[in-house]
Amino acid sequence: MIEINNISKWYGQFQVLADCSTRIAKGEVVVVCGPSGSGKSTLIKCVNGLESFEQGDVIVDGTSVGSPTTILSKLRSRVGMVFQHFELFPHMSITENLTIGQIKVLGRSKDEALQRGLKLLDRVGLRSQAEKFPGQLSGGQQQRVAIARALAMDPICMLFDEPTSALDPEMINEVLDVMVELANEGMTMMVVTHEMGFARKVAHRVIFMDHGRIVEDATKDDFFGTPRSERAQLFLSKILSH
Amino acid sequence: MNYHWNWGIFLEQVKGGDETYLNWLFTGLGWTLAVAISAWLIALSIGIGIGTLRTAPNKGLAWFAATWVELFRNVPLLVQMFLWFFVVPELLPREWSLWVKQDLPAKEFITATLCLGLFTSARVAEQVRAGIQSLSRGQTMAGLAVGFTLTQTYRYVILPMAFRIIIPPLTSEFMNIFKNSSVAFAIGVMELTFQARQMQEDSEQGIETYLAVTVLYFICAFIANRGMAFLEQRTRVPGFIASAK
Ligand SMILES: Nc1ncnc2c1ncn2[C@@H]1O[C@H](COP(=O)(O)OP(=O)(O)OP(=O)(O)O)[C@@H](O)[C@H]1O
Ligand SMILES: [Mg+2]
Repeated sequence: MIEINNISKWYGQFQVLADCSTRIAKGEVVVVCGPSGSGKSTLIKCVNGLESFEQGDVIVDGTSVGSPTTILSKLRSRVGMVFQHFELFPHMSITENLTIGQIKVLGRSKDEALQRGLKLLDRVGLRSQAEKFPGQLSGGQQQRVAIARALAMDPICMLFDEPTSALDPEMINEVLDVMVELANEGMTMMVVTHEMGFARKVAHRVIFMDHGRIVEDATKDDFFGTPRSERAQLFLSKILSH
Repeated sequence: MNYHWNWGIFLEQVKGGDETYLNWLFTGLGWTLAVAISAWLIALSIGIGIGTLRTAPNKGLAWFAATWVELFRNVPLLVQMFLWFFVVPELLPREWSLWVKQDLPAKEFITATLCLGLFTSARVAEQVRAGIQSLSRGQTMAGLAVGFTLTQTYRYVILPMAFRIIIPPLTSEFMNIFKNSSVAFAIGVMELTFQARQMQEDSEQGIETYLAVTVLYFICAFIANRGMAFLEQRTRVPGFIASAK
């Protein structure tokens, strides 16, 4: 479903991504972790072309992200993305947030879009908030709406960039629960997160990044059992200790 | 001071005419409103375009927009007024030049409106740019991630929020445009200041004249201010606190 082939990216002299490769099969859930500044956000944003890269290529469902002939907006409409800071559209009601993409990008009718939006709101447990605005919801609620907004486009895969790290601790689980359910339904997911409980529960594979490199790309059991790299071991011991 | 006060002057007939001084002032007010409001429409539409281009990823377009702003911002309005009125027509091809000088209807009004509109467009553009840049980059990314093109992202996500954020500074620009429209008098538009001067010379009641004109300008600016406050209220986003990201 997602193929990342030897991509490298530089900011001037500084190399953010160095020869990163991995493949994510249909239905697979892959967790990406690593220290701050290691390039996780940059890597995941390369998958839907929100960040450009100088070398290598990313293929999503057969479409090359790097190719100049690819219409990126088309591709992005098929790849859902959830951000650390939610990024709901503040001037639109929750319903409008869920329907505008369906209407303007997919060309669905208002009615159809609304039905789909309300169904997803139900699913993330926020049907009663439909007419509110993002600023009137808690962080956890906003992030669930953001997930619903992405799902409303019927994506073929979902990207999450630290979806819970801007949340108060008591709200983390309500968001993780939605994500776990999604994973159990067979959604293809690439998730940047430090929530190792989530990784243990649903991930198939864990990727560990450091200094722009994919240092470890292992099955969940291997990663938590016997990570090969010292950096990954150190990192694990650090984040598991608190 | 032995000034002869005469507040009844406004209802008196002008010398050698059959209208009152009040008529003169109201005619002037009409032209002032016409210049200010038409110029505001020009300033808003061009300003939004130029301000948006200043944030464009395309270097050439951003450069064009930056040059536009500097050009209109760095020359005094009065000088720009004279440039448009006296210099620009000379620079046009011969036939156009003749047409502008001889046949263009309401030449003074059109020149003044265009000049004031372009001058203000540079200032509106700066507000629009600041508004766009005050929004987080994440909003643009979120728009793109939904599948919007960059244009759609601006149209549906960035500009509606940027516009709300800049209503207060735009209010001052809107009020300024009424006040700045008085410069049009320099090229002979019969707006409020022009009519006031006529009345002062004609009636020799300068103090009453300028006090009345002051009140009329004040009312214009005040209504502009209340209008924008109403707009701000109507477009307020529930639960939104201008965030610093
Ligand atoms: N626009 C930019 N210009 C220059 N350097 C940048 C830019 N954006 C990111 N970087 C650098 O690239 C590196 C990788 O950033 P990235 O955001 O991908 O890291 P991350 O692993 O997601 O970190 P975090 O856990 O803090 O989110 C960092 O060192 C960052 O400082
Ligand atoms: Mg990051």
